[in-house]
Amino acid sequence: MALSRLASSSSSSRSADLLKPLCSAISLRRPISTDTTPITVETSVPFTSHQCDTPSRSVQTNAKELLTFFRDMALMRRMEIAADSLYKAKLIRGFCHLYDGQEAVAVGMEASITKKDCIIAAYRDHCTFVARGGTLLEVFAELMGRQAGCSRGKGGSMHFYKKDSNFYGGHGIVGAQVPLGCGLAFAQKYSKDEAVTFALYGDGAANQGQLFEALNISALWDLPAILVCENNHYGMGTAEWRAAKSPAYYKRGDYAPGLKVDGMDALAVKQACTFAKEHALKNGPIILEMDTYRYHGHSMSDPGSTYRTRDEITGVRQERDPVERIRKLILSHDLATEKELKDIEKEIRKEVDDAIAQAKENPLPESSELFTNVYAKGLGVESFGADRKEVRAVLP
Amino acid sequence: MLAIARQRMLGQSFKKILPAVSVLRSYSSAAKQITVREALNSALDEEMSADPKVFLMGEEVGEYQGAYKITKGLLEKYGPERVLDTPITEAGFTGIGVGAAYYGLKPVVEFMTFNFSMQAIDHIINSAAKSNYMSAGQISVPIVFRGPNGAAAGVGAQHSQCYAAWYASCPGLKVLSPYNSEDARGLLKAAIRDPDPVVFLENELLYGESFPVSDEVLDSSFCLPIGKAKIEREGKDVTITAFSKMVGYALKVSEMLERDGIYAEVINLRSIRPLDRSTINTSVRKTNRLITVEEGFPQHGVGAEICASVVEESFSYLDAPVERIAGADVPMPYAANLERMAVPQVEDIVRAAKRACYRSVPLAATA
Repeated sequence: MALSRLASSSSSSRSADLLKPLCSAISLRRPISTDTTPITVETSVPFTSHQCDTPSRSVQTNAKELLTFFRDMALMRRMEIAADSLYKAKLIRGFCHLYDGQEAVAVGMEASITKKDCIIAAYRDHCTFVARGGTLLEVFAELMGRQAGCSRGKGGSMHFYKKDSNFYGGHGIVGAQVPLGCGLAFAQKYSKDEAVTFALYGDGAANQGQLFEALNISALWDLPAILVCENNHYGMGTAEWRAAKSPAYYKRGDYAPGLKVDGMDALAVKQACTFAKEHALKNGPIILEMDTYRYHGHSMSDPGSTYRTRDEITGVRQERDPVERIRKLILSHDLATEKELKDIEKEIRKEVDDAIAQAKENPLPESSELFTNVYAKGLGVESFGADRKEVRAVLP
Repeated sequence: MLAIARQRMLGQSFKKILPAVSVLRSYSSAAKQITVREALNSALDEEMSADPKVFLMGEEVGEYQGAYKITKGLLEKYGPERVLDTPITEAGFTGIGVGAAYYGLKPVVEFMTFNFSMQAIDHIINSAAKSNYMSAGQISVPIVFRGPNGAAAGVGAQHSQCYAAWYASCPGLKVLSPYNSEDARGLLKAAIRDPDPVVFLENELLYGESFPVSDEVLDSSFCLPIGKAKIEREGKDVTITAFSKMVGYALKVSEMLERDGIYAEVINLRSIRPLDRSTINTSVRKTNRLITVEEGFPQHGVGAEICASVVEESFSYLDAPVERIAGADVPMPYAANLERMAVPQVEDIVRAAKRACYRSVPLAATA
């Protein structure tokens, strides 16, 4: 039952195509990308909870949201794969931790919150940064250490920040971001902002003592903190069952409630985060365990296949890929055609390629940048280069 | 109370002893006296009153009135939302403090002693000190970490370390160490107002000492500049640098040396990072001799940095090798006689000064 439809100009204003209908239309549809007619979708699996109720498996969504999910996740996927190539071409140096496979967590979370809510993450932060509004140019330029990078080239892959969207990084020390996130929640409560903080950490970080210290204080002080364990089942090369006596991370909060969520299902993530935000504002900290998966190894130095089988990786890709899930949903609800989705992916490829080309042209920081931002207020003191008789600077 | 240093009057031949604790300086006939504890408490009070973003956090800072009573009365005045008692979890609460600073609040985090800051040092260095740089200025961290530092009396190896050198080596931190009440007020206020992370190293044995303060110091707008040392006493023969408790020792030493015709210039560093190299070098260019004094471990210490700075900037002005007086290169022992040997004494500083002035001194017997 093909219906004619106008392929809409998408929200990023590409040229509109007009499809010739194969048979006469019964009615004209509204443009897909702005259609907000509610659609109800069931999550892949029900939620499991610890010390709290579970949210409903039925998630409200609409065509616009699903198309946005598809586009955003496909963009993130393409971006991370492009970063892989850039790293192998030695344009990205040092550490590079890729998020492909985990996109649903970033995208689902963002859909449930506002920019007043804070997010803090560890070093696998490229996609979370983009979800918070970061641009591709800022990502690639930062990865290549250029001036147009989000940290002007001074941070690198692990240190992306976007304060105006309340994204606080970007942290290299495993686990440190959790107390920091609870501190953000403290400040939100102190300032009476009626907003929450999502502190993301992995299954490896879940055993960190400081996490429990921060959770204890958050529970005592009723802080609006949501601890999100992105459980991709491997802490670097160590499987969760080798690192955690209890890998039921959503239960590890003990007195703090927890929810286990299919992290490959963007709608389940959205539902859980909405639930968690409401909970945290009223009742204090809650843990969300996102059952997710990373296709790449821990970082670009890790092939990711010495501690997992290739079958496992392909299996997840076939059964649970977050982008494919949304594609199937869109197609089964007739919200777009396969060709339209492929066209979106082509656009994305071009966007990514353009951003990389632009980033490659972008210059490295000026030498004087070595000495900027050491302090917010440098007091005019002197700082030194390797040869202090040769290179000195006054900190502004 | 423990032994309090008595200050000799300059150029007088009599001792003035007051029944209570400390001695008025001859030049401040009508000055008010306040203890370092009162100075710190009033500074916290005034800064909390002036800026609602300032809040206190730490073990026993609230209901207990402060382990050393520095935060006395502040819970009653500002309430439990601004004076927060934490569990004994330094890594957790320090991280929370830094996160609050990321958002724009101004936490003052107390470590019961800086020995416990080692449990939280990752947050001080990696989360606080480096964030402004890594984010190219997006995330500044207006936090103060304060508490007693260095040796107390008889508290043993795990409770006696001085952390000045460790923290001062880290770019992105500011490290301050007050000596007297004026320093305590002015520097703590400056630290709280400063937009960068400040490590504020107090001294337990100084908390109860009284010092004269002028009306200007008592005013709520009083503030000292960060990065500027103070010349506590001018001299022409030898420069002595010190911070915190050792400033009192250095002043005592300068009086003793004067009897032998040696006029020492005593510099109270106040700021370990940024270090006031300019004041130190100007002084050494005048006196041509330098003694650095600190309580902490000698290797890679504050004195080592001062010595290097002077050798680099003022080599041709030195008439003698730079002398370092520091704590002994051992963990702090408990027995009173050994403890006495593990921290600098006045005699040590006098001896070093005389060596620098090429006055013969009988060699001390080594153990």
